[in-house]
Amino acid sequence: MYNNSLRSRGYLFGRNGIIITCLIVFAIATIFPIYFMVISSFGDPVEAGAMSYSIFPSKISFESYKFFFNFSPHSWDWLLNSFIVAACITVSNVIFATLAGYAFSKMKFKGRNVLFAILLGSMMIPGQVTQVPLYILIVNIFELQNTYTALIMPSIVTVYNIFLVKQFMSSIPGEIIEAAKIEGCSQPKIFWHIIMPLSKTVMAVLAILTFMAAWNDFFWPFLVTNTMEMQTIQVGLKNFRFANTTYFAPMMAGATISAVPMFILFFSLQRYFLEGVTVGAVKG
Amino acid sequence: MSQQLARRKRLKLESDSGWGYAFIAIALIAFSLFTAYPVINAFIISLQEYRPLGSTFIGLENFTNSFTDDLFWKALKNTLVYTILSVPVNILLSFVIAILIIPFKKRTQTIFKAIYYLPAVASGVALAVVWLWIFDPLKSGIANQVVGFFGISNQNWLGSSATAMFSLVLMSWLSSHGTAIIIYLAALLGIDNSYYEAAEIDGATFLQKLWYIVVPFLKPTTLFLLVTGIIGSFQVFQNAYLMTGGGPDHATTMVGLLIFNNAFTYFEFGQAAAQSLILATIIACISFLQFKFLGNDVEY
Repeated sequence: MYNNSLRSRGYLFGRNGIIITCLIVFAIATIFPIYFMVISSFGDPVEAGAMSYSIFPSKISFESYKFFFNFSPHSWDWLLNSFIVAACITVSNVIFATLAGYAFSKMKFKGRNVLFAILLGSMMIPGQVTQVPLYILIVNIFELQNTYTALIMPSIVTVYNIFLVKQFMSSIPGEIIEAAKIEGCSQPKIFWHIIMPLSKTVMAVLAILTFMAAWNDFFWPFLVTNTMEMQTIQVGLKNFRFANTTYFAPMMAGATISAVPMFILFFSLQRYFLEGVTVGAVKG
Repeated sequence: MSQQLARRKRLKLESDSGWGYAFIAIALIAFSLFTAYPVINAFIISLQEYRPLGSTFIGLENFTNSFTDDLFWKALKNTLVYTILSVPVNILLSFVIAILIIPFKKRTQTIFKAIYYLPAVASGVALAVVWLWIFDPLKSGIANQVVGFFGISNQNWLGSSATAMFSLVLMSWLSSHGTAIIIYLAALLGIDNSYYEAAEIDGATFLQKLWYIVVPFLKPTTLFLLVTGIIGSFQVFQNAYLMTGGGPDHATTMVGLLIFNNAFTYFEFGQAAAQSLILATIIACISFLQFKFLGNDVEY
């Protein structure tokens, strides 16, 4: 789109300079809150009135982290709970969404299209509609409040993930599966030996997006947990904030703790993250 | 005989009934239990005065109550204002950024993509906590220092009903564009170079190329972002809940938050269910209208 051929080098240099300046200014505005959070977390745990915000760290101390973890005897449990819940949800989604996505995309059975249309249609329903009845179901009927089951079960396999896998599977040629069937291969074998190796990318994308969503989820864990020892890090952070409204640096330390695992994941598996964003959006 | 055998073989090939149902079994059970059943139940609860031990049927009272409740209308208006201020600006920003990123090498593109996507990776609670301090009403607060630099006096960002909504919108401008930028970039890379070359031969300027080639090509992408953006924005709950609690004076009470409060602060489950169904209807209508008026040449 940009015309690079007919212009002088000086013109190109100037143009790219202006563009990159715009991009950098906007990039700074975007990551400033995160930078501010990390930098401020190294401050001393004093009340906010006694300190002033600074954009550059004057010293690095881990006192605020200690303060955050001393807030509740269960602070470490929050991280562990988040990890257990997110890991379980991720594993179950990878298994069941891949199975269902494959079935909806490549297997022939009665009612397949109708069932998939119903699933797809349900994605349009806002979360608010299901939130009250789901809460009643889990808490009042199953009486699962404050259990891992309550935290994990409702997200065991999401329609969005099934849709993601189905989109991906449509690029696998049906002839491979037909050929395997003629050779006498049963469906579980086809799935294990042919489909799984071909779908590693989509499974990785799905695992990462699911783990991130589960780790960052605040609303559901907030509803179904009522003791500190069962809460996840996001709920714990919210508790900390409402209990210590003036302790600035420890609050930033807590926020950093809740966010950093995802940053590490993001920077080590960036490719899958960025791929995952477009998989669901590009029409297929 | 051989014909019959061939038919049986074809039938066997065509139908995977047994395994098909087995493969989707767990997904179907989870869907029925955690989506289908709650949706049906939402309709039932919305017609009831809900009590854990024996609800009473009250017909459409929850709906009529909502429609005569000033707070519900105010929440709807707030949601609409938030959506109108945040979604189009976010899409425009993402579009401009994607256009600006395109001329650079792949590595540079990836760096910028990663930076812009970073807030989407951070947890919503962490971001809310940070922005709460950025909007500190004291003179030393970051937002006040920034506007002070331009000679604007101190603002009580989240604490005054004049600026609270704008503060939430500002936060959305600066933290929820990562996904849209990446989606736009993917779509931009899908436009074949020959279109630009043809236009250049005809002497088209940059802006002409942008308007006559890029904008029409990206229309499906824009529509996708608009529809998903509006759907998401209508359900917005978390930032308002964590940062303002709906205040001051209900200036930032949005429908999502109102439903949450009705359900889990006042335990008016029937009222909350009725309002959630109204919200679902509004979202469905808006999505339908968007597809009808903007999407007539877009195929999905």
